[in-house]
Amino acid sequence: MIASLRLTLAAAVAAAFLPLAASGETITVVTSFPKELTAAYKKAFEAKFPSDKLEILNKNTAAGIAYVREQPVGQRPEVFWASAPDAFEVLAKAKLLQKIGPGNPAIPAKVGNYPVNDPEGFYRGQALAGYGLMWNTRYMKANNVPEPKEWADLVRPAYFGHLAISSPSRSGTTHLTVETILQGEGWAKGWEQMLAICGNSAAITERSFGVPDGVSNGQYGIGLVIDFFGLAAKNSGMPVEFVYPSVTSIVPANIALIEGAKSSAAGMRFIDFTLSEEGQTLLLQKEISRLPVLPSIYAKAPAGYPNPFGGKIQAKVNFDSNLSESRYFIVRSMFDQMITFRHKELVAATKAIHDAERRLKGKASPQLAEARKLAFSPIIDERAASDEKLQALFRAEKSNAEATKQKAKVEEDWATKAKANYARAAELASSAK
Amino acid sequence: MQRGVHWGTASVALAIGAFLFVFLVAPVLAVVYTAFSDGQGGFTLAHFASFAQISLMRESFANSLYVATTTVILATVIAVPLAYLTVRFQFRGAVAIQTLGVLPLVMPAFVGAAAMQLIFGRSGAVNLILKENFGFTLPIMEGLNGVVFVETLHYFPFILLNLAASLAAIDSSMEEAAQNLGASGWRLFRKVVFPLALPGYIAGASLVFIKVFDDLGTPLVLNVTNMLAPQAYLRVTSIGLEDPIGYVICVILVAFSIGAMAGSWWFVKRRDFALVSRGGAQAPKRKLNGLQTALAYGWIVGVLLLVLSPHIGLLLMSLFKVWSFSVLPEQFTLAHYATVFADSKQMIWNTLLYCGLAALLDVILGTAIAYIVLRTTLPGRQLLDHLVTVALAMPGLVLGIGYLRTFKGWELPFDMGALTASWLIFVIAYAVRRLPYALRSCMAALTQVHPALEEAAENVGAGRWRTIRRVVVPLMAGGIVAGFVTSFITAAGEISETILLTSRESLAPMSYGIYLYFQSIAGRGPGAALGVLAVAIVALGTYVSHKLAAAAAPHQSGDRK
Repeated sequence: MIASLRLTLAAAVAAAFLPLAASGETITVVTSFPKELTAAYKKAFEAKFPSDKLEILNKNTAAGIAYVREQPVGQRPEVFWASAPDAFEVLAKAKLLQKIGPGNPAIPAKVGNYPVNDPEGFYRGQALAGYGLMWNTRYMKANNVPEPKEWADLVRPAYFGHLAISSPSRSGTTHLTVETILQGEGWAKGWEQMLAICGNSAAITERSFGVPDGVSNGQYGIGLVIDFFGLAAKNSGMPVEFVYPSVTSIVPANIALIEGAKSSAAGMRFIDFTLSEEGQTLLLQKEISRLPVLPSIYAKAPAGYPNPFGGKIQAKVNFDSNLSESRYFIVRSMFDQMITFRHKELVAATKAIHDAERRLKGKASPQLAEARKLAFSPIIDERAASDEKLQALFRAEKSNAEATKQKAKVEEDWATKAKANYARAAELASSAK
Repeated sequence: MQRGVHWGTASVALAIGAFLFVFLVAPVLAVVYTAFSDGQGGFTLAHFASFAQISLMRESFANSLYVATTTVILATVIAVPLAYLTVRFQFRGAVAIQTLGVLPLVMPAFVGAAAMQLIFGRSGAVNLILKENFGFTLPIMEGLNGVVFVETLHYFPFILLNLAASLAAIDSSMEEAAQNLGASGWRLFRKVVFPLALPGYIAGASLVFIKVFDDLGTPLVLNVTNMLAPQAYLRVTSIGLEDPIGYVICVILVAFSIGAMAGSWWFVKRRDFALVSRGGAQAPKRKLNGLQTALAYGWIVGVLLLVLSPHIGLLLMSLFKVWSFSVLPEQFTLAHYATVFADSKQMIWNTLLYCGLAALLDVILGTAIAYIVLRTTLPGRQLLDHLVTVALAMPGLVLGIGYLRTFKGWELPFDMGALTASWLIFVIAYAVRRLPYALRSCMAALTQVHPALEEAAENVGAGRWRTIRRVVVPLMAGGIVAGFVTSFITAAGEISETILLTSRESLAPMSYGIYLYFQSIAGRGPGAALGVLAVAIVALGTYVSHKLAAAAAPHQSGDRK
């Protein structure tokens, strides 16, 4: 027994020093991308640069920002790689990114009207992504749900209880989807649509991935997702379909070099690799299915692969990332206070409204109109959301106890109001004549 | 055998005390301090006031209480009949019940949760069958219900095992006396048997309460965020390590955990449960009549099916390509295992390394503490024991946050980087939280070694260290190995601390890998495959520890008084 314990000890001690043995440069990449993507890049990159070691640090976008922010200079990871451009704006504002300028010259400067690389040179587009709708064909057939084409379709009673969406505070890509709708439809109408869609949703998931996962295993019928989730699921043999609605924006998923990292040169090596012919081709792998920024790659793509440079995807919205960045925390918080945390009440109000509509058979009713207004209006208007004082409050340092308290009070105020509105809306709708 | 203070043992005790202080007490104190600090070093209750003001927090608090309480109630409903059946009745299902007691524990709750979505979820196998044939579905996995369901099936063995042990120790004369007075059936159980077995029940139930109240992985996998542990995790990861509300939640988690433990201890202590003669004549096992046998087997088979469902679900997930809106999965494949072996060997190795080292550290500390507490007269030696017991009530989430805060910026020597970004932090975190299990095993083992054996060794000239090394430790070997295995297998499934402390994927253990794989569609299969491997490792460990414990017990029995 003792001998075996000793053996274990010896083995353990020997093993303990193994992690130290790795030499050469280590590049740490903070990313929100799934394991099959990071694994493919790690393998290809390390094969090409055998002395480099790629370390993947998987965090959702919000947690990634917080992580980079909290690391001291010299200990920060090298590369930040995620979808949401506004996350990069937040990092650039906090002086956490190095200016690297554009990369591979074969990559066009713009896709549609949107610049592929950051005009100020802090980050580069690495892949393109559009937002759209993904659905499970078996679920739709079994539940007799019609296939949607546009965001606006999803507010209809036929979709009640069949949708799923994530929350912007948990997923950078969902934040982009919400901003896209807000910018495409305008603040008031955008929120109205957002609230009605969420009222039809069966769940507000914790991570953006909860949506495609739930759709692909048939828990939910339709999900609001970023394209590669839908395409990858379809290409992996899941019974799902994916469409781009017309209010979508093709936005680059970005990659950036972090300021104050240990080995910036090695980090740059990886960034250039992801933008090379080799690195871009990896995006076409079946279980990755992303849209390359290098147009020549599409020649190698399988038939039917969407090509944003071919003009086939109609992107009506020109995404304004400055506007998005200025109200980043406010939109996040509004969504959580009105929707994520009050989802049960919102769903109850939505159901009451659908029921009233069915009962009244299209007859106009002041109570019903009032109920809709209460349930589906944003808690603050666009002017209030662009108020600099409010924006500053939401950007304030967390250790600032006074600001934290004030912010908590504002949020609580929103939450209470939203809850009361939903209760009143449900009440009005059920008594509507 | 009493000895004077010995400088060697005193310094060992001090070293252990220092270790526990740095890696258990200080991080928890840092968390508590932050929750009450106004940022300038002053005391404030403002953070608690903000916590109470936020309706989401009040709701999360209520939800966590609801989930923990409901789980305890449901786990009781499942466990009590099973425990009573094994101990008091003569029937052949006892082996099945013993299996039931271990099966759920070999799979981390969050791993099972993913598989259970596919079986009991909105469009899972059960609901598809129900809808097809009866036109309705059961919202078993919706919201809080889902958490309660998964946690109940995972944790009821704690009540079953503790209660069974407690029932077995009741003197049969009490029951006979009650029967002579005319009590039988339900009344006998309610008035006599259950009250006498209460200490075991309370110990199990309070453990279930604590575990469920603190659990992070299961709600996260099930997408339930309006509970305390997920809220603390979300606040600290997305707002940042400076967010005071996260710490307030941690303080509440700690307070409830310690409260539940202290409460159960006080409850048992307050009432006199002692029996005049204890463990003497085992109650003669009664026979079940036909109907009772049918009911008993029905209950066992039903629970067994439920308990096995996550295991079966996980296995199917790992072996098939597509499982979507169908009762059974389609397209058999071994590709997921190939993916795991190609991409994630490091994670399997990391789990073996971290948990192995942590368990080793645990049995070394456990043996030393057991020896100091039981064999020396060192003043304050009980304090070590109490400190370790506190670790049992410490939520992994709180310890993880405490580590990140306390050791922020600590650099390791030899250019190994920051402590919180190194693999050592896993070993320490696992070791600290698993120490109570190892310590119990070591204490039990040492109690069974008669001090006369040590005296004999010393009489023939062996020094203290030599005696410990050549006599005490070899005689404790069975218990030490059991402690090692218990620490190892419980650490292998740990997720709360793991999620927080994983700073690089190459450092991640299997439990994190499973969580990560479950975050992508193509990763579900490989995640399940990794889960099956983890379950296999833990199951093997459990089996070995049972064998060793069984082998060690008769060997030591001669020494017992």
